[in-house]
Amino acid sequence: MKNEPENRITLRVNGAEKQMNIAPWTTLLDALRDYLDLTGTKKGCDHGQCGACTVLVNGKRINSCLTLAIMKDGADVTTIEGLADGETLDPMQQAFIDNDAFQCGYCTPGQICSARGLINEGRATTADEIRELMSGNICRCGAYPNIVAAIQQAMQTIERSAKA
Amino acid sequence: MNSFSYTRAGDVAGAVNEAATNRAAKFIAGGTNLIDLMKENVARPTRLIDITRLPLNRIENTHDGGLRLGALVTNADTAYNEQVEKRYPLLSRAILSGASPQLRNMATNGGNLLQRTRCYYFYDTATPCNKREPGAGCSAIEGFNRMHAVLGTSDKCIAVHPSDMCVALAALEAVVRVSGKSGDRTIPLADFHRLPGSTPDIDTNLGEDEIITAIDLPPKGFADHYAYLKVRDRKSYAFALVSVAAALETSGDTIKEARLVLGGVAHKPWRNTEAEALLNGKAATRVNFQVVAEAIMRDAKGFGHNTFKIELAKRAIVRALKHAAQMETRR
Ligand SMILES: Cc1cc2nc3c(=O)[nH]c(=O)nc-3n(C[C@H](O)[C@H](O)[C@H](O)COP(=O)(O)OP(=O)(O)OC[C@H]3O[C@@H](n4cnc5c(N)ncnc54)[C@H](O)[C@@H]3O)c2cc1C
Ligand code: SF4
Ligand code: FES
Ligand code: FES
Repeated sequence: MKNEPENRITLRVNGAEKQMNIAPWTTLLDALRDYLDLTGTKKGCDHGQCGACTVLVNGKRINSCLTLAIMKDGADVTTIEGLADGETLDPMQQAFIDNDAFQCGYCTPGQICSARGLINEGRATTADEIRELMSGNICRCGAYPNIVAAIQQAMQTIERSAKA
Repeated sequence: MNSFSYTRAGDVAGAVNEAATNRAAKFIAGGTNLIDLMKENVARPTRLIDITRLPLNRIENTHDGGLRLGALVTNADTAYNEQVEKRYPLLSRAILSGASPQLRNMATNGGNLLQRTRCYYFYDTATPCNKREPGAGCSAIEGFNRMHAVLGTSDKCIAVHPSDMCVALAALEAVVRVSGKSGDRTIPLADFHRLPGSTPDIDTNLGEDEIITAIDLPPKGFADHYAYLKVRDRKSYAFALVSVAAALETSGDTIKEARLVLGGVAHKPWRNTEAEALLNGKAATRVNFQVVAEAIMRDAKGFGHNTFKIELAKRAIVRALKHAAQMETRR
């Protein structure tokens, strides 16, 4: 588009301050993927229906496809790329591997970020509650049983390390 | 999405001013409905007024013993608010039955009231739709209308309002507080949304320059006897085919007051106070519940694919009332 109105915004992405010039209609999803080359976050439906684009903004899980980047100026964003600590995987990532919780992997970054948000919220303990509160993440491959198992494992790991 | 300019409102008066000076401008809060509609080219604002940094993000007690929900409090923060959970569990339940955790973290109370219909023809700019383009015709009346309304329809539009939250708010007799060019006013929830009539393009009675600032809940929360029953095509993350908010005040086995509001069946949360009153002073029995269900659905009219909703709604009403009445013994 010609003469795009450019706006300068700052996001703190995975702990690092990022400045960029964006048009007001740039979604947070497109800003992450196209401006910051963080392509771990996926675009599935682009309409808030599948959860593939889930990231954490100020610790809360949201759909980045229905979020305008400009509205999040100054916010703290965590994507799938920001979860591991160097070479050490986040307990949720490790649990997804241990439980074979994916097939094609397209929904996985969104599932993992969403599950991280779920734990921050602290509202789910039973498998049924996990299923209900993960309903915003669709898996085309139907890996749901293993996803629930992975989240249960990660909950235990995280709880144990919090107690230690 | 069309191109648009962007401004961030610093105060309510500034936001109202912006909206009043530019008819093609729109407020944006959670963005979960507006951005979706903009991507589909159904909404084409030339300017967005970001209201998310306005100080309308608190839940606080009102002087009369009720609760005020700020327009910008998210649906998640409202549903999980301690006061709401304790005093207005019907509202918590209704909110948590809608959308997904991610969407509830984004969606705001003001935006939820103003979300537009999910009628697929409304979303599809290749088909005629009176709501999107007045005078174009309605594709649903003679088309595929499984999700559409059976009460309060017109020959211009048979769309339903998709909100769960609003169904509970109607049962609780909530009041919407708004602020506009000519000052502040309140609108009872029952009068907030409109029936389609001959102007289905107008969803609500909110003025173009008006902003919702809060929603007030009266003191009465019906925390002892309530139910929110949502019937849908899958167990979670789907809009209602039919939903029922039931709230009862009882004395022993006798009903003192009943509130009953339906979602998924009309252009607004559907309440029939005359039918409701049939329960006053009556025993909480299945037969009495059936009488009310029949009365509420008496004037219902199906359009083919959605005719099943009439029987479904009757059964949902009876079941919701039963749940609400039996709550104490279930605990
Ligand atoms: C996949 C999906 C599934 C969903 N499922 C459900 C469901 O099952 N049940 C349900 O109830 N909802 C459901 N929703 C809808 C969701 O609840 C609404 O989109 C949301 O509540 C809208 O709030 P928002 O803050 O994001 O509004 P926005 O998109 O920001 O705004 C919506 C409209 O309200 C106006 N507006 C916003 N705030 C104000 C204000 N304070 N004053 C004046 N105008 C204002 C805007 O100008 C815009 O026109 C679903 C949505 C999606 C995408
Ligand atoms: S039902 Fe209403 S919204 Fe749907 S096509 Fe007809 S006029 Fe449009
Ligand atoms: S890409 Fe955002 S929810 Fe599907
Ligand atoms: S693993 Fe393929 S979509 Fe979930």
